[in-house]
Amino acid sequence: MRATAADETQSGALVLLCVAAWAIPGAGHLWLGRRNKGLVFLIALPLMFAIGLALRGRLFPFDLSDPLVALAALADFGIGLTYFIAAGLGYGAGDVRAVTYEYGNAFLIVAGLLNVLVVIDAYDVALGRK
Amino acid sequence: MRSHLFLLVLFAMFVSLVFAVIARDNAREQIKLGGLMFAGFLASAIVLSWLMYPFPL
Repeated sequence: MRATAADETQSGALVLLCVAAWAIPGAGHLWLGRRNKGLVFLIALPLMFAIGLALRGRLFPFDLSDPLVALAALADFGIGLTYFIAAGLGYGAGDVRAVTYEYGNAFLIVAGLLNVLVVIDAYDVALGRK
Repeated sequence: MRSHLFLLVLFAMFVSLVFAVIARDNAREQIKLGGLMFAGFLASAIVLSWLMYPFPL
């Protein structure tokens, strides 16, 4: 069975929604009219990520020779554009000697993973499952 | 920002907030679930830390 033009338009909009929701935390919910939820995500997730950087956490590189580093990088990447802005500005080098290094990593990784959950939630809302 | 307890509280607050907002639509239910999760995080961390107390690193 061939997909109709309406189906293709809808799936295209869904992909765009998910990309927007990933790139800017909360953007998916704001797009769908869930303003309060969107604003909470828009403030809380980048703030959590920024705290992780302030605690001298590290933005891990995609190093496939070390699977745990690659997984941490994937989790960091979940925060979207904030990751690239922080990396572009030179943040996230990480200071393993800092007392707060591991805390910083936990904040950075969990902020990224929470944003992935937010993207999935926005997808569910768009499909009318919630 | 070097207090372990403060960072633990901050972390628990952010995670509880995001989970509660994802899981519930009503503000009252979000506060209830978020508060429960936050209390659960803190209580479990304190209980676990006391359980680890007898074991020296």
